[in-house]
Amino acid sequence: MKRDIFQAIADPTRRAILVLVATKALTPNAIAEQFNSTRQAVSKHIKILNECELLDEKKLGREIYYQLKIDKMKEVDQWLEQFKQIWESRFSQLDQVLMNLKSKENEI
Amino acid sequence: MKSNLLMNFTVDKETSTVNVKREFNASLSKVWSAWTEPEILDQWWAPSPWKAKTKNMDFKEGGRRLYAMLGPEGEEHWAIADFTSITPKTNFKYLDAFSDSEGNLNTDFPRSNWNVNFSEQGNSTIVAIAIKHDNLSDLEKIIEMGFKEGFTFAMEGLDEIFASSSK
Repeated sequence: MKRDIFQAIADPTRRAILVLVATKALTPNAIAEQFNSTRQAVSKHIKILNECELLDEKKLGREIYYQLKIDKMKEVDQWLEQFKQIWESRFSQLDQVLMNLKSKENEI
Repeated sequence: MKSNLLMNFTVDKETSTVNVKREFNASLSKVWSAWTEPEILDQWWAPSPWKAKTKNMDFKEGGRRLYAMLGPEGEEHWAIADFTSITPKTNFKYLDAFSDSEGNLNTDFPRSNWNVNFSEQGNSTIVAIAIKHDNLSDLEKIIEMGFKEGFTFAMEGLDEIFASSSK
């Protein structure tokens, strides 16, 4: 069965795994350590992500390392940019709130 | 309103810290109030069209803020901030977490350490925020924030990633 990409991101643990392996290659154990779920549950998520062709699989000795496919790094930067925009949006609201506080003070 | 005020945004991958620095055109005491009084905080904390709603907030060391981010389609994401250190008009620190509406921690996600610094510069006030994670990558931080803001941004980002990957 061909996995749907949206199946990959439907689950919060899988989204978190994607982010983890975006910066460096990790073994399944290293990934599992970041979660409170069982190792088995995390392995299942990795398997699904792998079937969605989102992961590069590298074998080093006896260990398998997973990494987000490298051509997606650029898009991760765009993602970071969106995070920055959240702060910009938040701060321009704060600017407005501060202006309102000031004008209230002037009325008194 | 378009702002020309300085904003600095950096991610330190070595220390898993996101740094945000911003200048505000207001006095230190007003900016401090805006960050520490729930009635004011709720007016700006959620990026539009989301709204923040503080259920309770005890702004003192050892105290907690329990609040929700309310989405335009009725989404509700609860979070807490546990204040660990407060130096009035200078600095406060807290540990954040996702929770339910009663403040029970969602332990599926790690907590991050917030350090918010205030300083006066002429007629304006500089706020410098450092958000640090213990052991997760900086990008983990980003997705977590995405969750906090109601998934929208993070999901759109992912959608883009996946749209380009399927080409």
